[in-house]
Amino acid sequence: MLARGWSWRHGGRRAQAVSGLDLAVEPAERVLLLGPSGAGKSTLLAGLVGVLPDAGGDADEGEAQGELLVGGAPAGARRGRAGLVLQDPESQVVLARVGDDVAFGPENLEVPREEIWPRVRAALDAVGLDVPLDHPTAALSGGQKQRLALAGVLAMRPGLVLLDEPTANLDPAGVTEVRDAVVRALDATGATLVVVEHRVAVWADVVDRVVVLGAPGDGPAVVADGPPDQVLAAHGDELAARGVWVPPRYRTRPLVPGWRPPAPGEELLAARSLACARPGGPVAVRSADLVLPAASCTALTGANGAGKTTLALTVAGLLEPVGGAVVASGALADGLGPSPWRWRSRDLLRRVGTVFQDPEHQLVAATVADELAHGPRLLGRPEEEVRRRTEELLERLRLTALARAHPFTLSGGEKRRLSVATALATGPRAVVLDEPTFGQDARTWAELVELLRELVAGGAALLAVTHDADLVDALGARTHHLEPPDPAVPLAPRADTPPPWRLARRWGRR
Amino acid sequence: MSAGGARPSGPPRDDPPRDGPALDGPALDGSAPTRAGTSTLGGLTGSVRPTPLTRANPLATLLGGLVIAVALLLTVDVVSAGVALLLELCLLPLAGLAPRALLVRLLPVLLASVPAGLVTTVIGRDSGEVLLGAGPLTVTEGSLGLGVAITLRVLAVGVPGLVLLVATDPTDLADGLAQRLHLPHRFVLGGLAGLRLVGLLVVEWRTLVLARRARGLGDARGPLAGTRVVAGQVLALLVIALRRATRLALAMEARGFGVPGAGRTWARTSSLAPRDAGVVAVCAGVAGLATAAALVAGTWAPVVG
Repeated sequence: MLARGWSWRHGGRRAQAVSGLDLAVEPAERVLLLGPSGAGKSTLLAGLVGVLPDAGGDADEGEAQGELLVGGAPAGARRGRAGLVLQDPESQVVLARVGDDVAFGPENLEVPREEIWPRVRAALDAVGLDVPLDHPTAALSGGQKQRLALAGVLAMRPGLVLLDEPTANLDPAGVTEVRDAVVRALDATGATLVVVEHRVAVWADVVDRVVVLGAPGDGPAVVADGPPDQVLAAHGDELAARGVWVPPRYRTRPLVPGWRPPAPGEELLAARSLACARPGGPVAVRSADLVLPAASCTALTGANGAGKTTLALTVAGLLEPVGGAVVASGALADGLGPSPWRWRSRDLLRRVGTVFQDPEHQLVAATVADELAHGPRLLGRPEEEVRRRTEELLERLRLTALARAHPFTLSGGEKRRLSVATALATGPRAVVLDEPTFGQDARTWAELVELLRELVAGGAALLAVTHDADLVDALGARTHHLEPPDPAVPLAPRADTPPPWRLARRWGRR
Repeated sequence: MSAGGARPSGPPRDDPPRDGPALDGPALDGSAPTRAGTSTLGGLTGSVRPTPLTRANPLATLLGGLVIAVALLLTVDVVSAGVALLLELCLLPLAGLAPRALLVRLLPVLLASVPAGLVTTVIGRDSGEVLLGAGPLTVTEGSLGLGVAITLRVLAVGVPGLVLLVATDPTDLADGLAQRLHLPHRFVLGGLAGLRLVGLLVVEWRTLVLARRARGLGDARGPLAGTRVVAGQVLALLVIALRRATRLALAMEARGFGVPGAGRTWARTSSLAPRDAGVVAVCAGVAGLATAAALVAGTWAPVVG
């Protein structure tokens, strides 16, 4: 691929997303593309795969300058020479069966039918996805879905494979699984690779070149370019400050300073022989015992499908226990009964806060400021106090400039900070977080750690569902490992008697 | 038809084989006994045992269902609906579902049929002797007959409708629509991909409900407050759905989909076999027998005219 003075401006924006880029990648090279968010990495990949409108086309959709060539011809002149894998596993599956999904690309490229199925099988082999061709795509794990997306790309026989944060939404096992599949596929096909990824450690050993893009309109388009070791050694601290996950050996400063967790206090919330399930779903956790003391952090770990999220949401009082009990201490319940599930929604605000894995799920207001004021207002706090608290949180989370923005328009990292802040605005003494650091860059990660440390130091009981070993270390968290449900474990009876109209539902689940 | 071509989605559905690609090696999944949950509506259809009906081209099942529905909607009488329902119940094993799974899926129709009939009985056109009466609400011989006819009719149209829906694989239906009926493939495949997102939205909605409770909005009482919370939730769902759809569209485009004027090959063939004619014939037979029985009994009463 070759970019010569290439620029791109999205329709409706004044600033260019990519500005005057000069970059050449030789066939079979493997390149890791780094840069701060907003440096136009994803735009470059979209340009290479040919889904940006052509230069000189409709100016409403965007405007290109310069040249962007793939294999000597303008990118987008012929689809299929470059293949792209994106971050979100869910939104890349097109069809219901694995074989059909992989065949989708070749079909669009008008590959003759008798050639398609051998290609499909070769692609699935290359990514090591060993399932029947009629296996339902819905039954695949996140890592498998990403490998499926990769197979779908390989079946098009592209000379250039583009990956846009392909492992950001995966657990550690999934990350390795996808990375290894990429390497094996490249070895088999000799294709060129350009990968955008914050987590440098995952790719540093398998790429031969690192290219760092600068922010557009701020110095040269390419800040650094060379072998991984050289670039990381020279720019380690600078990259880390911009949010890139630089391996520790290339940094002189740790991401967060050392910290000594306080001594745990009294027990605030506990799960006793707790069994839980999604409404109408199978029992996800059969018997969990868990204690959350004040001024402590507990990390809930375990493989995908072990029921971590279901357990966390049940402890947070959002899901009804199926067996056993969630018990809130008198200090936490503050005059209410011991079962958080029975509390009114509004009573939860002051007692148990929940941060969902996807921030968009819990955003309810039209502006960032209203989002933060929402909880305190519901509790009837005086407007003066609400405003002060909101401003404090905005400042603390570097969101002041965005106070009037619609929450859905924020970047991923900003949305994450906002969703944590909404849960903290009402000062709950227990906070449940579901994968709070998933897909975050190093800078947001460090900010979250600081915020959660403050919470713990302030006496809160934290429960975090997480795969992130660095987070567990940084918070000095005790870990609770959850095994997948074992049908041999008996379900404890429910400690609190459910109201009679719920009995039918419980029976349905047996 | 390619000689010995096994359809990649497994022998159980290819017996006898449909026109499929000639594979140069053994199928990877030679022994899959069932077509397990391949529906895009995830879990809605569950595991389906292959039968002549589930293996038929979806276009044939669609046409068959339409024939039955049209025949039964032309008239309101007990005989035609009763005969159709009786025949349909005899054909139920062809749905390829275990009795329990079948019952669960038919439950909506069963539940809808009774109230539909009851309402007709109470407020339907009165004729004959008054059996029960309270002011303007009366149950007469005539309205009771109508009520029974309506209940049977909802069942007779609903049961095959649901069974055919369960037996239909959306991917196969899309193949049929695009390859056989020559509907524009961009719309058909776009719709098919979108259908998959519907299943995801159900999961999103449940999470949104929990998140509203966590944000203090779970106590809404009364229609006004309740409506506001639900409206906010619908809006959030729409935004999330749009995001998903945009990303999916990008992923599809990146795989060469939707280039204006570009052609397309098909990895799967949507072929029509004698079996498909059989499915339509059986459905037409059910419709014909039901209509004939009503005509003979003299109860056939056209709705229109």
